[in-house]
Amino acid sequence: MGSNMAEAHPVGFRWPMKAKEKGATIIHVDPRFTRTSACANLYVPIRPGSDIAFLGGLINYVLTHDRWFKEYVTAYTNASSIIDEGYVDAEDNNGMFSGFDQSNHRYDNSSWTYAGPPTEQKEDAASHSGHGQEGTSPAKHAPYRDETLQHPRCVFQILKRHFARYTPEMVEAVCGTPRALMIEVAETLAENSGREKTSAICYAVGWTQQSFGPQIIRAASILQLLLGNMGRPGGGIMALRGHASIQGSTDVPTLFDLLPGYLPQPASFKGDDSLDIYMKESEVLGGYWSNLPKFMVSLLKAWYGDAATRANDYGYDWVPKITGDHSHITTAAEMADGRVRGFIVFGQNPAAGSPNARLQRKALRELDWLVTIDLYETETAAFWYASPEGVDPRSIKTEVFMMPTAAPAEKDGTFTNTQRLLQWHDKAVDPVGDTRSDLWFVYHLGRRLKELYRGSTAERDRGLLNLTWDYLPEHPDERWRIKDEPSADKVLKEINGYSVRDGKPLSGFSALKDDGSTACGVWIYSGVYPAEGQNLARRRQPGDGWVSPEWGFAWPGNRRMLYNRASADPEGRPWSERKKYIWWDADKGRWTGYDVPDFPEEKAPDTRAEVDGSGTDLHSGSDPFTLKADGRGWLFAPSGLKDGPLPTHYEPLESPVTNSLYDQQNSPVANRMPRRDNRLSPPGDPSYPFAVTTYRVTEQYLSGVMSRWNGWLAELMPEMFAEISPELAAIRGLRNKDWMVVSTPRGEIECRALVTQRMRPLRLGEELVHTVGLPIHWGYKGLVKGAITNDLVALSEEPNVYIQEDKAFTCNIRKGRL
Amino acid sequence: MIGAYKRLMNLEEPPTPRAAKGFFTDTSLCIGCKACEVACKQWNQLPADGFTMTGNSYDNTGALGATTWRHVEFIEQAKQNGLDGQQRWLMMSDVCKHCANAACLEACPTGSLVRTEFGSVYVQQDICNGCGFCVPACPFGVIDRAPKDGSFEAGTAHKCTLCYDRLKDDMTPACAKACPTASIQFGDVEELRRRARTRLGELQARGEISARLYGMPEGKEAAEVGPLQAFFLLLDEPQVYNLPEVPRLPRKTMAERYGWSAAVGVGFALLGALTFGRR
Repeated sequence: MGSNMAEAHPVGFRWPMKAKEKGATIIHVDPRFTRTSACANLYVPIRPGSDIAFLGGLINYVLTHDRWFKEYVTAYTNASSIIDEGYVDAEDNNGMFSGFDQSNHRYDNSSWTYAGPPTEQKEDAASHSGHGQEGTSPAKHAPYRDETLQHPRCVFQILKRHFARYTPEMVEAVCGTPRALMIEVAETLAENSGREKTSAICYAVGWTQQSFGPQIIRAASILQLLLGNMGRPGGGIMALRGHASIQGSTDVPTLFDLLPGYLPQPASFKGDDSLDIYMKESEVLGGYWSNLPKFMVSLLKAWYGDAATRANDYGYDWVPKITGDHSHITTAAEMADGRVRGFIVFGQNPAAGSPNARLQRKALRELDWLVTIDLYETETAAFWYASPEGVDPRSIKTEVFMMPTAAPAEKDGTFTNTQRLLQWHDKAVDPVGDTRSDLWFVYHLGRRLKELYRGSTAERDRGLLNLTWDYLPEHPDERWRIKDEPSADKVLKEINGYSVRDGKPLSGFSALKDDGSTACGVWIYSGVYPAEGQNLARRRQPGDGWVSPEWGFAWPGNRRMLYNRASADPEGRPWSERKKYIWWDADKGRWTGYDVPDFPEEKAPDTRAEVDGSGTDLHSGSDPFTLKADGRGWLFAPSGLKDGPLPTHYEPLESPVTNSLYDQQNSPVANRMPRRDNRLSPPGDPSYPFAVTTYRVTEQYLSGVMSRWNGWLAELMPEMFAEISPELAAIRGLRNKDWMVVSTPRGEIECRALVTQRMRPLRLGEELVHTVGLPIHWGYKGLVKGAITNDLVALSEEPNVYIQEDKAFTCNIRKGRL
Repeated sequence: MIGAYKRLMNLEEPPTPRAAKGFFTDTSLCIGCKACEVACKQWNQLPADGFTMTGNSYDNTGALGATTWRHVEFIEQAKQNGLDGQQRWLMMSDVCKHCANAACLEACPTGSLVRTEFGSVYVQQDICNGCGFCVPACPFGVIDRAPKDGSFEAGTAHKCTLCYDRLKDDMTPACAKACPTASIQFGDVEELRRRARTRLGELQARGEISARLYGMPEGKEAAEVGPLQAFFLLLDEPQVYNLPEVPRLPRKTMAERYGWSAAVGVGFALLGALTFGRR
């Protein structure tokens, strides 16, 4: 669901194909019949934007037909935890959870917590969610529990009530999915889950790029927890990432609200004025996150070296503090309003690849300077003379610098892929001409800036001046022409961490200290370089088992599967011989198995939780979810999300229909970014009557920079097209290959019609909803050119991760050209 | 004496025959990614063929040709375009079949087309004179002449070489190497045929009753062109994939065609005699 794996991840799709050969059932739930559907055993159509309704239907089916995995759910999830009596469910409040503040359109989540002894409430617990850092339960540990799951305020009962209306009939009316198909999916999942079997769910940006994306993933998590499919081989939820190493870019990260390893970014609006306040603010009492001070101090030591001391809070004051939402979306809007002066773009192409691309290009015109670093002259690099708006280049003040960059084979480095696996790749050839690696660019930019500011006594420059910046190799590699290329190996060593005293690499994150004796660039990657000369990301041992622990390095600590303690029952025995993975070896007094146990290695299954302890001591020997404050899988999320503790069905910000569940049409906390150049159409607007979804095809890649300039790929998908059903084509008098215009309140584009029975109208009660499918790959540069789908997409922000909604919106189409 | 002659004429001994190599293309595993097309073009340095959308499903390649030696076909089958009509999207990577009785090879007057030590059919570019006889001879429409202003010498015939240059170094052909799902399998033809029979059995046992092999020695399609060294597992009738039910060999149809030509000639002569003869 939310993924077209065969087309967008064709190399990874070899594994589902192999699984199918071994008897697995592949189900594809998607608005379009794609190449993935063609390979699946069962194709299930769904209206774009209705995923939560569908998953809610599965959850309700599993609950009402008693198909949930009782021992697993009772022992490993928070089903028995009792929720605060102030909590009001969206089902009892017309689509709104308790705690909504009309004045700022945000939730105060204090009523979503576990009931328990009175605790110190944090000022704004919700502000700490966002990307990453899970487990920040504001409630003190040891919530009241009812192991019989009968208490009316226990999570299990709340869950049952919350999803009671998600019947197959409701799913059919909201999603357009025939009810029999939904039941078939539910039965197939239930039959293939439990002690002997597990099922996995794969998703990609089809879920995340919606105004409630994380809640869709939450719905899948609830389903997988109920079925006992988490932390077990063949189970789980696979996030198929959208770009090569984008997992790495979230880990390290390139996100504005996070420091490396999912540490919260210090923020002035949270009053993070000193390291102590930051630590207190970020403090988590239970679970592995209680080690956060060790991660943070080690990070500061890695950044500022000897200049970081206990006396100066390890240089915490030098870390820039965020003042609000600086996401790509917000920044683009501010840029368009002339509030951003300069912009460096690495391997990104906002003029074609970012939402409301017309607005993005307008924003670029408002800059003083722009640096683009890419393989080719992208739409972004050429916006000043080639954009479809036809603005006179003489009227554009932006000074554009275009830097050619090296391709992967021309540099050393690692890729971190979907399953958190780091794989090192060696440089094979020097990049041509003046081309340099991104690392070269960043390193020398930093070096020159430090030179520029040398001698400055200004307080604000101390961070830059104190930054450790020693990445040139001792001896440049003889083989290469470019002698001042920084060493990626040195960068990886700093990421891994080292002992400050002797510079020796650390064996892993358990060696990290909060006294300034260790330095570590990204705590979750620690262990990738455990000793001098041992770059574990280089390993290529397939091994004789199926876990392959010696192929590359998986964070954290080379664990191939997170929370794998759940692969054994509460007593530490495998749930079944067939699904054996990690188990308790009573003779040796330790956990053992095919993978690194994601659990304290010598903690026996019958260990009792220490109520007065801290960290994972607060967990019993049968609480597998070690990053969670309570060690349990969260059916109900008492904290960490800004838009509700349970997923519930809202319509996308633009929808052809009204929400049949609540008066509340959309997520009340999604940011609609209201602007003149970013208008949304109202629900059921007759001017924009059709649903639209966007996607990739195998032959092209993202905004096309890596494919449209390559003749062998460009010829395979040479023109921009829209996929429509024969029924919709008939309504608009379109024939196959005709020119057509697609319009939204943001803009209009022209493209070819591809009329296909793989698109089908869906019946929602009386209404027939038509969907238009738009690939996203074209632009005004390259070997093949075509309209930019992102000109149609609105800027908007999902409240937790600030992502735009481009998988479900509305449009109109007509025959002809612009 | 013979040795001196060979040295003088720069003649080499033909390579020793090796085990016959070929492709087993299992369309039930094809995900339509076209990696085979791209890998083929990259290894063989074939140019792009132009940037026009065909409108025929996701197939913008169209056909095999002088500069396209792998071609992924897309066949959309909607049994009924009702709201829950069962549908299929068949995908199949087509390629030169390297026939046992290769029509192109028989038609070639210059000896440019040869059978290699791997049993594959190969065009020697330094000998091909561009006569084009091979093009209409091929019952599959595989071989084609290079266009005027491309990278090849205009008019010369080209097609899949089974990556002859790679085979000489014991490497897998580029397409099979790139295929992520083992839809294209390369190997000894005998072994591939065994594998194909097993695979067909599996699929049929699973209820894929329309699955069939195409190009096996026992198939009726082998009647004239012989077994195909690049053969297929199909999920529907060959015609659905644009493959002839029984590919014909020109030599076998020669008598028939000459007969027709003669008959038509006689017919015209008679007609002429009847029309003009009375004068």
